[in-house]
Amino acid sequence: MTSRRPDPDELLERVRAVEEEAARGKLTIFFGAAPGVGKTYTMLEAARTEVSDGHRDVVIGVVETHGRYDTGSLIIGLELLPRRVYEHRAIKLEELDLDGALRRKPGLILVDELAHTNAPGGRHTKRWQDVEELLNAGIDVFTTLNVQHLESLNDVVAQITGVVVRETVPDSVFDKAYEVRVVDLPVDELLERLREGKVYVPAQAAHAVQNFFKEGNLIALRELALRRTAERVEAKMRVYKAVHGIDESWHTGERVLVCVSPSPSSARLIRAARRMATSLHAELLGLYVETPASIRMSNADRERLAQHMRLVESLDGEPITVRAENAALETVQYARKRNVTKIVVGKPTHPRWRDIIRPSFLDDIVRHSPEIDVYVISGLREDRATKAAGALGRVAGSEEREPLAAGDAGEPRHGRLAPFAYGAMVVTTATAISWVSFGRTELADIVMIHLLGVVIVAMRFGYAPSIFAAVLSVLAVDFVFVPPYLSFAVSDLRHLATFAVMFVVAVVISHLTRRIREQADSARRRERRTAGLYAISRGLGLAKSREELLETAARHLREALGANIAIFLGSREEGSLAAAIPEVAFADPDTVSQEKDGGVIEWVWNNQRPAGIGTDTLPSSRALVVPLKGSKGRVGVLAIYPTTSSAAFSSNAAAPGEDHASLRLGDPDDRQLLETLTGLVGSAIERTQLAEEARRARLRAETEHLRNALLSSVSHDLRTPLGVITGATSALLEDGPASEGRAGVTDETMRRELLQTAHDEAQRLTRLVRNLLDMTRLEAGALKIKKVPESVEEIVGSALARTADRLRGRDVELDVPSDLVVPCDPALIEQVLINLLENATKYSPPKSPIAIRAKRQRAAPMAGSPPKPDQVEIAVSDRGPGVAAKDRERIFDKFYRANEGEGGGVGLGLTICRGIISAHGGTIEVDAADPAREASGATFRIRLPLSNPNAAGDRP
Amino acid sequence: MILLSGNSSGGGVASKDGASGAPSARESVAARVLVIDDEPQMRKLVRIALASSGYRVIEAASGQEGITQASLYTPDVVVLDLGLPDMDGVDVVKAIREWSAVPILVISARGNEEGKVKVLDEGADDYVTKPFGAPELLARIRVALRHSALVARDAAMTTSVVNIGPDITIDLAKRLVMRKGEEIHLTPIEYKLLVTLVKQAGMVITHRHLLEQVWGPGNSERVEYLRVYMTQLRSKLEEQPAQPRYLRTELGIGYRLKID
Repeated sequence: MTSRRPDPDELLERVRAVEEEAARGKLTIFFGAAPGVGKTYTMLEAARTEVSDGHRDVVIGVVETHGRYDTGSLIIGLELLPRRVYEHRAIKLEELDLDGALRRKPGLILVDELAHTNAPGGRHTKRWQDVEELLNAGIDVFTTLNVQHLESLNDVVAQITGVVVRETVPDSVFDKAYEVRVVDLPVDELLERLREGKVYVPAQAAHAVQNFFKEGNLIALRELALRRTAERVEAKMRVYKAVHGIDESWHTGERVLVCVSPSPSSARLIRAARRMATSLHAELLGLYVETPASIRMSNADRERLAQHMRLVESLDGEPITVRAENAALETVQYARKRNVTKIVVGKPTHPRWRDIIRPSFLDDIVRHSPEIDVYVISGLREDRATKAAGALGRVAGSEEREPLAAGDAGEPRHGRLAPFAYGAMVVTTATAISWVSFGRTELADIVMIHLLGVVIVAMRFGYAPSIFAAVLSVLAVDFVFVPPYLSFAVSDLRHLATFAVMFVVAVVISHLTRRIREQADSARRRERRTAGLYAISRGLGLAKSREELLETAARHLREALGANIAIFLGSREEGSLAAAIPEVAFADPDTVSQEKDGGVIEWVWNNQRPAGIGTDTLPSSRALVVPLKGSKGRVGVLAIYPTTSSAAFSSNAAAPGEDHASLRLGDPDDRQLLETLTGLVGSAIERTQLAEEARRARLRAETEHLRNALLSSVSHDLRTPLGVITGATSALLEDGPASEGRAGVTDETMRRELLQTAHDEAQRLTRLVRNLLDMTRLEAGALKIKKVPESVEEIVGSALARTADRLRGRDVELDVPSDLVVPCDPALIEQVLINLLENATKYSPPKSPIAIRAKRQRAAPMAGSPPKPDQVEIAVSDRGPGVAAKDRERIFDKFYRANEGEGGGVGLGLTICRGIISAHGGTIEVDAADPAREASGATFRIRLPLSNPNAAGDRP
Repeated sequence: MILLSGNSSGGGVASKDGASGAPSARESVAARVLVIDDEPQMRKLVRIALASSGYRVIEAASGQEGITQASLYTPDVVVLDLGLPDMDGVDVVKAIREWSAVPILVISARGNEEGKVKVLDEGADDYVTKPFGAPELLARIRVALRHSALVARDAAMTTSVVNIGPDITIDLAKRLVMRKGEEIHLTPIEYKLLVTLVKQAGMVITHRHLLEQVWGPGNSERVEYLRVYMTQLRSKLEEQPAQPRYLRTELGIGYRLKID
């Protein structure tokens, strides 16, 4: 191996892992080969040392002393956490009080027997899950574990001792532990202790214990424990080397792929593969290839398959499910894609002749993978135990199962026997037709007609009835058409060959027909699922508001899962540990009850893993709760409440039948569906949240922009006139009545000029303040429009009188009908006109004329909408440079000024105009005074509606 | 009809005939102006402007103090800021009008048309809008004083000829309106409207007052009548009816006859 530098990404990953490790609590496992070696004792001693030397805050969560004095004496002086009592079928069970421990939050907690299974009703089914949570909360944990409880060694131990241990702990927990202390005791001493009764032995397990504590067993277990610990140490060493760049034995690049199947032997295969991977320091992949045939898997098989996949997961492997026509080919292809170096398959268990008819899975794998090592491992040992259950072990689901599984997907069951009855009927009909048509002469045609019957049965009623029909056909032909007639005896041996051929052909036809049907079924199922997914993603895409989105999501989820739905959404305040518990955003009626479901919802939200019915966490909840994740993190929580009709909810998959509306977590198909659905919903919700966030951000930015614009323009526009006024008045003050020798402003014309300047600037300030105040009132909604009918002429006249100063020297062209009356707030409309007139004087050459025209207008009739009232248009035109087309809309925006720097002003005047006019239900716009010429000046047009002229009290 | 009649002892609304002897010799003795405003700066400005024009100024910083001062000093004009901290300007006007017909000039902020109409209807005589220039304030005070004098004189005179601007003359005794030497024919209502305006020339008259004076009580809401007749009156008297020189509109409040 070349001296490759560590991959930076990988290093980063490790650094992150180390950092996470630092925040997490440290797990110390006291690891022993067998009960009785003194793990608990050692743990307690270590804890006492922690207290006395390290002054740690130590609490005993659960410690089983089994009534032994020396162990019990060690507890004295340590704080005991009260246990939580669960009542299960009238038996009181004491368990670790996880919530109490989390509340107490000690520095170190002692939790005995890591592999313990919790009483029903607790949050987790296993104690190691409790421990995980304690570690996540940053609490250090001391715990004990025996070698036989390690998942990957479980079967080896069973092999050695003959005792199957049900309680297991995933290897990942062991491997991730901060420290593993082996509590070792020579076998002789252990046996001695056993004889002295120092080892706790439950009364009912006395016999098993007898078998267990044999010397040979103990030696083997001890070896196993030491070896496993050594492996762990080695793994640590490799990590150390990787982190510190010591690269001699970097990464062997091995990958082990194990073929997972529903067969009971598969578990053994997986564990073997794990051990192989561990010794090779290789990754483990568990692959299940779903073929069309596997759709007809029995529920028991499905469940077992799911268990195996979970086993892969718990052994730190990566469970993978792919779909393909040919399991072997797909396995090899997938292995190549992932650079797998070793494939582990089970030994075939079917009879040899089957390989002649059809190439076996194993052969295919071996043949197609010249560069990959294939390990064939015996699956017999566990088979022997389970064969009694009637299941046949097969690898990777490649071969057919349970020929009698009638009643296919997608077809109504008409009783188990009906198809066979129909099959018999078809055969009888075929026999009758043959009899009528050919008598007993044309045996070939007769056989053909019977085969046709078999095809019909196969097509119509499925595999088993068609095999039944094939057998029946052969018998019928023999009985009716082959001499000696009406007897099953055969006189001519040649007929036997005919029968054989006929049977084989019938079977093959049945088989092929079944395959076609299965593929069609599979396609149909997938089609339906795809259509469903398409519908939901379309529906989610179309939803406009968040409420609509939730409604749509809930409807689709309800249909797809056949359960009631509640969606909880969390706030998007990421980063803070105390992110709010998500709140109900949508719920079907009678589902959510905060006090019953609050716990599980909070747990899922905090841990981002499914919990509730059918999972290992809080299985006694009323709902299955899954996290909703988006691309940027958690979004919310989905609670699925099974309805009575969808009882097939639990992972036990006890419910028979092919109810598509029910959800089985164990089924990879359903799990995938659920994942896809939650993914879709999660990202859709996230999308709306992001959109909302973006909108808010935009709003903030806009507000910020406006504030800045206001500040800059106001500060400029306030400072300039104030500066001028201050300057002018101070000059006048300085100029005492007798200012001899100084070049004072004694000159009367200069005095006047200064005063005039100060006065003009004060006027400007006045206008500015007026505009700001108006704007504030407009924005605060304090502006109340009190409409009264008012003569336009009078408004215009008043506005002209008020702007007389500024209009001096200009011609004002007026075209205002004297009888034009418009309902409006006259003072406000006057203000608009004043603003427009001031603008006109500001942006047009001095002495150029200004025109005001008003007229009554018929509103343009619009198809489909009710006729609008007539309107009054008032136009103010100047002969200035006009407003560029691009500015014509923006000119009404706050603080927008078409030509910065020209004239004074903050850019509020027109905004105020628009505000006032809109409040009147009218419009204001600007265009060129002469539409033909762009630079012909600007014309501002105000249009005010003449609401119902009869009602406005408009009579003279 | 509100006519100011000096120290009439009656209510705020006194008839023209009820006018009695006002303090005479206004021309020789400086008129007293009571300024009621809580802002010292504003009081200072008004004081300087008025004092420089020869008025005697009495100051009050609150409504209550203003009412007391008004009763103590019997000012010739009251200048009242509407935005007082201690009481509503309307109540000040009401209180003064209980015993005095002194002209009241109201100072108000812009955009408070309703408040202005209310205070004018309660008996104030005129208003100026902040910000205003000293010349404007002085002009309004002059109008108010002249009006008091006119009312006082009116009682003594049997005939009266009023000049509005250079062109228009109204002979109240002969009910004759002349424009550039030519008689203008006015309908009775037009004439009544014009006379009402002339009686308080230079001061704003609210729609309500005009309507009640011309059409009688019960017609105070028919603003559209007023508008139609005002348009006719303007077209007969004004050179540019759209930009009236004399018959000015006070938008949302009423009309004012401006005498040059």
